[in-house]
Amino acid sequence: MKYLDEFNDPDLAATLFDQIRAVVTRPWAIMEVCGGQTHSIIRNGIDQLLPDEIELIHGPGCPVCVTPLETIDKALEIAARPDVIFCSFGDMLRVPGSHTDLFGVRSRGGDVRVVYSPIDAVAIAEDNPDKEVVFFAIGFETTAPGNAMVAFQARQRNLTNLSLLVSHVLVPPAIEAIASSPTSRVDGFLAAGHVCSVMGTTQYEPLVTTYGVPIVVTGFEPLDVLDGIRRTVIQLENGEAYLENAYPRAVNTVGNSPAQAMLEDVFAVTDRKWRGIGMIPQSGWHLSDRYADLNAETRFDVADMDVQESELCRSGEVLQGMLKPNECPAFGTECTPRNPLGATMVSSEGACAAYYQYGRLESSRTLPVIESGATRG
Amino acid sequence: MCLGVPGKVLEIRDERGTQMATVDFGGVTKDVCLAYTPEAQVGDYTLIHAGFAITMVDEESALKTLELFEQMGLLEEELGAPSDVAIGDRGTATGGTRP
Repeated sequence: MKYLDEFNDPDLAATLFDQIRAVVTRPWAIMEVCGGQTHSIIRNGIDQLLPDEIELIHGPGCPVCVTPLETIDKALEIAARPDVIFCSFGDMLRVPGSHTDLFGVRSRGGDVRVVYSPIDAVAIAEDNPDKEVVFFAIGFETTAPGNAMVAFQARQRNLTNLSLLVSHVLVPPAIEAIASSPTSRVDGFLAAGHVCSVMGTTQYEPLVTTYGVPIVVTGFEPLDVLDGIRRTVIQLENGEAYLENAYPRAVNTVGNSPAQAMLEDVFAVTDRKWRGIGMIPQSGWHLSDRYADLNAETRFDVADMDVQESELCRSGEVLQGMLKPNECPAFGTECTPRNPLGATMVSSEGACAAYYQYGRLESSRTLPVIESGATRG
Repeated sequence: MCLGVPGKVLEIRDERGTQMATVDFGGVTKDVCLAYTPEAQVGDYTLIHAGFAITMVDEESALKTLELFEQMGLLEEELGAPSDVAIGDRGTATGGTRP
């Protein structure tokens, strides 16, 4: 159990918790979409300090987690080639493909490099004209402008040895997929603050209207998350559903116009498969026609791959809030951060990995039985 | 993967048409791309995600966030102090991004 004094402003935290307790009269399930928020919630024990009526469901907002297994396998195949320097964000390196991970490729001699900024890959391409440099462009809308800059600069600098393996995902279609599901238990959503820093908030208006769910744009610090929850509960208790911005210090309605212009140029919307969830229509970006020649999948001819996910893994149910991580029979036994079986354990931001890291090894609260009849451990 | 760290712009330069900056994160400096916050001036605070400034932030909130991140040990994790990860060091991969 966590205590209030672990918040950076315990008095404010206490006030926010008190306000939530004062208004709550019935059970509500609130989904935080972003993995960074999940991390904040579990690390600070926000879920344990909330009244029992409030259940937090950990959404699919970890792009490392939801990158499809076949895309990981494509990355591994490309990275293993002797003529390739493969550049990736650090948290992709230990994500297992069907047979190995990028660390494994590197230990067998593959040139796999971690970049802090996507444009590090541009410098690597310029410094290594005799090598093919491939950048693994994953992420939500927050990361996409930086990744798009790689394609833009490759074109601007006439770099013929630089390409991108793109597997971008978009938040609003994921919220729509969850909100529109007949088995959805989610009463309200915390939208990911920095995604909205880039994209603005207008994309969420139709979701609020169509599905009648409150959406509160929320930051990442513990008090931000708590305030987002408080505002969502107040809307729910008042029988209201509107779009609310609880993170105005970094988010406005229109978002970042120069970034959006770059995204419009470099990327185009496409259907995207999400690991643990499946295909969500129009939920990703791939390279636009103008940049299609930079597509590593065609350049290296990695066609569709036949992959098999673990049968033990129930990350799909976790991602949709039907199962808590520590209710999965494989959690902490067959499936650990060092030997992850699926989406929610592969990155430190995944719900299962966060539960494991912060010692939530046992199911600690009784959850309401749901109609789908999913087993709870 | 989507965390952002506020940092103070120390110096701005043009690198072949792209606005780049040296940015201070509570003592650690990094090269950051300002292409998406062209309004940023030396002394301003911006929110940095994976080497790119994605929005401007005010100084007061930036300093509070930096202090909090430092307390929670998040600064090193986010900024990926080492530029690369040792082979086989599977537990401490840094330099990642967050949504």
